[in-house]
Amino acid sequence: MSAGAKATLVGKSVLRKEDGPLLRGQGKFAADINFPNQLHMRVVRSTYAHGNIVSVDLASALAIPGVVAAWSFADVADIPPIDFRLTRLEQLAAYRQTILAKDKVRYVGDPVAVVFAEDPYLAEDAAEHVKVEIEELPVILQADGEIGEFRNGLPTETALIKKGYGDVDGAFANAHAVVSLSLSIGRHSGVPMETRGAIGRYIAETDMLEMYGAAKVPHWNRDQLAKMFGRTAANTNLFEGHVGGGFGIRGEMYPEDVLVCLAALRLGRPVKWIEDRREHLIAANHSRQQTHHIRAAIDRDGNILAIDNEFFHDQGGYMRTHAATVPDLAAAMLPGPYRIPAYRVLGHIRLTNKTPGGTYRAPGRYESTFVRERLLDAVAAKVGISGVEVRRRNLIATSEMPVTRALETLGTDIVLDSGDYPKLLDKALNGIGWDDLQTQITSRRKTGELVGSGVAMFVEKSGLGPFDDVRINVGTDGLVEVVTGAASVGQGVETVIAQICAEKLGASYDNVSVIHGQTNRIARGLGAFASRVSVMTGEATRQAALKLRDKALAAAAELMQLTADQLDIVDGEIVRLDGGTGPSMTLAEIAKALEPGGNLVGDSEPGLFAEASFESKHMTYPYGVHVAVVSLARDTGGISVERYLVAYDIGKAINPMLVDGQIVGGVAQGIGGALYEEFTYDDRGEPLAVTFADYLMPTAREVPDVEVIISEDAPSPLNPMGLKGAGEGGTNAVGASIAAAIDDALGQPGAITQLPVTPQRIKGLLNAKV
Amino acid sequence: MSDKTDITLTINGHSHAIRVESRRTLADAIREDCGQTGTHIGCEHGVCGACTVLVNGEPVRSCLMFAQQADGKEIRTVEGLADGDEMHPMQRAFMENHGLQCGFCTPGFLMLAVGVLEREPDISDHDLIDVLSSNLCRCTGYQNIIKAVRAAAVEMRQS
Repeated sequence: MSAGAKATLVGKSVLRKEDGPLLRGQGKFAADINFPNQLHMRVVRSTYAHGNIVSVDLASALAIPGVVAAWSFADVADIPPIDFRLTRLEQLAAYRQTILAKDKVRYVGDPVAVVFAEDPYLAEDAAEHVKVEIEELPVILQADGEIGEFRNGLPTETALIKKGYGDVDGAFANAHAVVSLSLSIGRHSGVPMETRGAIGRYIAETDMLEMYGAAKVPHWNRDQLAKMFGRTAANTNLFEGHVGGGFGIRGEMYPEDVLVCLAALRLGRPVKWIEDRREHLIAANHSRQQTHHIRAAIDRDGNILAIDNEFFHDQGGYMRTHAATVPDLAAAMLPGPYRIPAYRVLGHIRLTNKTPGGTYRAPGRYESTFVRERLLDAVAAKVGISGVEVRRRNLIATSEMPVTRALETLGTDIVLDSGDYPKLLDKALNGIGWDDLQTQITSRRKTGELVGSGVAMFVEKSGLGPFDDVRINVGTDGLVEVVTGAASVGQGVETVIAQICAEKLGASYDNVSVIHGQTNRIARGLGAFASRVSVMTGEATRQAALKLRDKALAAAAELMQLTADQLDIVDGEIVRLDGGTGPSMTLAEIAKALEPGGNLVGDSEPGLFAEASFESKHMTYPYGVHVAVVSLARDTGGISVERYLVAYDIGKAINPMLVDGQIVGGVAQGIGGALYEEFTYDDRGEPLAVTFADYLMPTAREVPDVEVIISEDAPSPLNPMGLKGAGEGGTNAVGASIAAAIDDALGQPGAITQLPVTPQRIKGLLNAKV
Repeated sequence: MSDKTDITLTINGHSHAIRVESRRTLADAIREDCGQTGTHIGCEHGVCGACTVLVNGEPVRSCLMFAQQADGKEIRTVEGLADGDEMHPMQRAFMENHGLQCGFCTPGFLMLAVGVLEREPDISDHDLIDVLSSNLCRCTGYQNIIKAVRAAAVEMRQS
């Protein structure tokens, strides 16, 4: 074999390693995991949005044959509340959620008791026999209304987020004009198709606590569970199987995860909990609900001189694992791709009597992009220029890169690492055929159609550190195993990591397997969130693969009596660079030579393996442009998204097919938030979206064939492959671009001030126009 | 509640003699009593379609059917699509067109699409998208699912 045949895999749309078992029905999702003698847990949830717990009577439930145990708060009072994973502010600690409600319930769905039974149907029956008496209290349902009391005099305003730089007051004092808007974003969530699930198991003979059904952040959750139970990480392990979608919500630590593990410890039997859909919609994290009051100081040409923003973040009943993450990201990322000389933001984190909040794909940015881009459109209207022109005037130029924002979030300073924002805007406009599109829109309007287009831009963040470790091992069978601390929520982690490993090492892609989400396989790991895996785990994999290659070549050189620089590895085989023939070797043979007792081991540690850690203090910042074309039905107010284009610069795409999939899927979720999905409540705090017939997710009918431009103009300088993450750019600006397109279709600049935009709202605007 | 009935579920040609309460859903019986966990449960109220199986050739939401109602009928699930190592054209098309990400909704889409195309091989594109809009996917944005089903439809018509 000659060296010229070496395969390039990074940048290729290879088929996914994950697909075979998933297509054959061989997946192992949480509900598919069973252990002999297991019990089933059912949670008794509050039916009141706010109230004092007067009594919880478990007796009738316990009397049912087959019910093994039932607990209320008194039984779990020794377990501390669930701690914060990100963006910890100390004053928030008092607002954390206990695993069962202590003396008050704070939202419909708040866990009040749990029942353990031999059968899941029986557990559900028994839960209905738990008598919970609650004295109802007045509810708070508006984050921007009056501040109430959490408990013990603690206000429901849990913290303020303050950020900014520059002379904001001076800029407003000297402005040509000021543009002010009040905007709000509805309550949404990721709603993966697989509900949550957790199976706790305690193995007494080895004193090992195990949890199955882990996702996203298994190592952090392992450490927390160990801490909460007074155990060590060494005798606590979490295992991730297949995960039916992540989107921010899945895999965070929730009361139910702690409860199954505690029950496994106490009852000495495996305990399984599978959430039902109603529970998911009222108990798993919600996200996004914010109201912003934003002002821009501008000059006569529409250049922004300063932005001043105050917003209210509706956190729901408690502070959960994300603590201040979502409002903090909203505040920090709001300036986007524009040159904002002065900026001030004040965010109020408020508790309400709704489901507690966490992250949802592009957290804080779906919200702040909607707010900022609405502001840009308002500036354009104010000075009489187009939406495209106002953006061109305010975009940061490439010559200014890198840009330090004087803002920090997620423990990192915001330094926009690279980007050519104006060029990407041109690519997007060319891609959609902007000028022709405007001509078509004009002519369609002449026939009475309500049709319009909108553009929105954004900067994303990705590749959050601070580290990722990878260990690659080649077995004596030649199979390559990459052990990572990453997690997979369905995005194709195994494929992209295998692509990098196979290319850099010179192994066959088919021979590489990737381990993720198994805490017993690697000491530490940060998991999968914030579009971090391709960047962090990807770079650690590249480094480990290159180290392993050097090690293999050194051993091969010795065995073949050549020098390492005369050799290469192609498809798992050692080849001579000069094309010379002679006896060849495989990675498997080198692994055998390096086995314990093998002829090459010498004084070094046996085995053909290598480890690498990649550390990064800064995030990478991909950026994008969304273009939407919508039409409105005059009679019903119905909104249809006719065309949608995303141009996204991610530095380097490891697998363009997967990047495209991330973007299109992200757009679909963004459309849901823009037009259909919303968790609404009645005036007593009763949730109104508790089934898929109420919480309307887009179907194949609502999602257009999204046009995608994957751009690689601005590789990140922070890692050698130039990677930036691709997971959230499809979602980020959908609300913003669709709002702009609807304004345009209505001929009413600034008409859309809240998401989702419903047909009723459109009908109201159309009627008001007459 | 504890009244149980003996029934036989025939899944992918194999008979499973099981004893179930009258309230037991077909989905639970397929998964828990017959061990065929490829059929997934996404909502238990008949909206998402993740649990779609074929009962006497018709796509059915197995969360909305009682196990007893399927007694003696021919049930096909995702586990029965491939012929040994050889994937069904629909499975292959999903792989080649990146029609799945997390894979949770996938068995439901596969069974829905296979069931419809076996009955109606020349279904119009409009009707096909209408059918596919009866199941939910949260990862793909549907376009690759539609492409995969169109590609498989061509192959299924030729075979």
